[in-house]
Amino acid sequence: MKELICIVCPRGCHLQVDEDNGFAVTGNSCPRGAEYGRNEAVHPVRTLTSTVRIEGAPITRLPVRTASAIPKALLFDAMNEINRTSVHAPVKRGQAVIKDLLGTGVDVIATRDL
Amino acid sequence: MSYELIVIGAGPAGLAAALSARKQGLTRIAILERDKYLGGILNQCIHNGFGLHRFREELTGPEYAGRFIDELSGSGIDVFTDTMVLNVTRDKQVHCVSPQYGYRILEAQSVVLAMGCRERTRGAIGIPGDRPSGVFTAGTAQRYLNLEGYLCGKRVLILGSGDIGLIMARRMTLEGAKVLACVEVMPYSGGLSRNIAQCLNDFNIPLYLSHTVTEIRAQNGRISGVTVSKVDENRRPIPGTEMDFECDTLLLSVGLIPENELTRGMGIAIDPRTNGAVVYENMETDLPGVFACGNVAHVHDLVDYVSKESEKAGAAAAKYVLQGPNEGEAIDVINGDGVSYTLPQRIRVSALDGAAEIFFRVRRNYGKAQIEVLSGDESIAVYKRDRLAPGEMESIRLSRELLSKARGEIRVSIKEQ
Repeated sequence: MKELICIVCPRGCHLQVDEDNGFAVTGNSCPRGAEYGRNEAVHPVRTLTSTVRIEGAPITRLPVRTASAIPKALLFDAMNEINRTSVHAPVKRGQAVIKDLLGTGVDVIATRDL
Repeated sequence: MSYELIVIGAGPAGLAAALSARKQGLTRIAILERDKYLGGILNQCIHNGFGLHRFREELTGPEYAGRFIDELSGSGIDVFTDTMVLNVTRDKQVHCVSPQYGYRILEAQSVVLAMGCRERTRGAIGIPGDRPSGVFTAGTAQRYLNLEGYLCGKRVLILGSGDIGLIMARRMTLEGAKVLACVEVMPYSGGLSRNIAQCLNDFNIPLYLSHTVTEIRAQNGRISGVTVSKVDENRRPIPGTEMDFECDTLLLSVGLIPENELTRGMGIAIDPRTNGAVVYENMETDLPGVFACGNVAHVHDLVDYVSKESEKAGAAAAKYVLQGPNEGEAIDVINGDGVSYTLPQRIRVSALDGAAEIFFRVRRNYGKAQIEVLSGDESIAVYKRDRLAPGEMESIRLSRELLSKARGEIRVSIKEQ
């Protein structure tokens, strides 16, 4: 039995995941918690947020995030990619600044208009 | 220049209040913001987790702000950035300065105070030791890193387990710093459980509860290390429990103070429990036509609730301008056992459209508990919760019928089961 704190929402439910019983989740308050518990035990993923250099804008950093969650094991490799990236203004919120990050199929997108 | 409503601050509270007043029919609205951009502190909160309640999706701070900023364009609301409000008079003259217009006095029929809060500093918590560089509030380090691109240190200790400190532990780790530990004087964390999980546990950063920093050491003017000691139940350091950490940076995440200089200058009553204005059910202060919302009224943990509360304030400002002041007897809301504050502090039952929502915080962690509302010795309502924590704001709704039974004051208490 694995004990986890759900990170899907600020409620922070205390989950129990039963590895010996098809990763059945208890302690969750919603279906998303059950999904999180199962994923966390089998294949943990996280949304990564950071900034990239931007030129031609009034500030020097553009905030970005992965468009969806990526494997937790890739976080530091993903940071290396993000820190190598530089963009030029104008950039729109939602615009991809890195396509298919590390072959995950997930883009890194801008989170602010600059 | 004269406006129906002037909103001070263009963070999440100010933006929501202005848009809400516009929707309720005001046409002459101005927002005054001292920064160059709209969005306030959300601009530097680049992490995700905002908007789950409001938009049913997980947004970053800039994205959450962006949705409101998009709505502003075309709304006809006047926006003045780079504008510092110096003072507001009781008859709602707003004195402000900006590079573009110089010194101006704007007149308003109603005012929404949405100045947010600032961080407590080392001075506020009195840490002994040297006074070197390298001691930052977590929000300052966040601003340097996320807006300006400077990582302020490589070996970091974090004092206080508020959410900003936890978020910065992860953020600095991802940028290559070594975060040695997070140290919290209380026996529980002040941050959300999910942030302990995804910001500390994910990166194996230890959390020392009931510990504090008892010495700061320096070399060549920069912090070189700190001593951390365990504290007893009265938060006094226990001799013999000292641990030394070598670090070049100490981040402080030790609480927020609502920024109420303007409010005090107007002679508005302040509640010492929230450090914000005393407000009625519609977020109106004791000066008619002046409203306060968001973190300037009380420190929130979720921006979604700031937006909701601020929409209430904006709508109430519109109602004040269009329909005139609220009259009517008020009852006081006070905290009973286990509750550290309640907001609103006063409710005019006759002014309610339906139910009153009461926000409060508890003093400690509880398992299964009952929230009881009392009028005198009589219990008028009971709510059940599976758990309660000081880091998580709670709310209850009280119907107008229920409140009309109350005499003079009501008290919110917690009973553990």
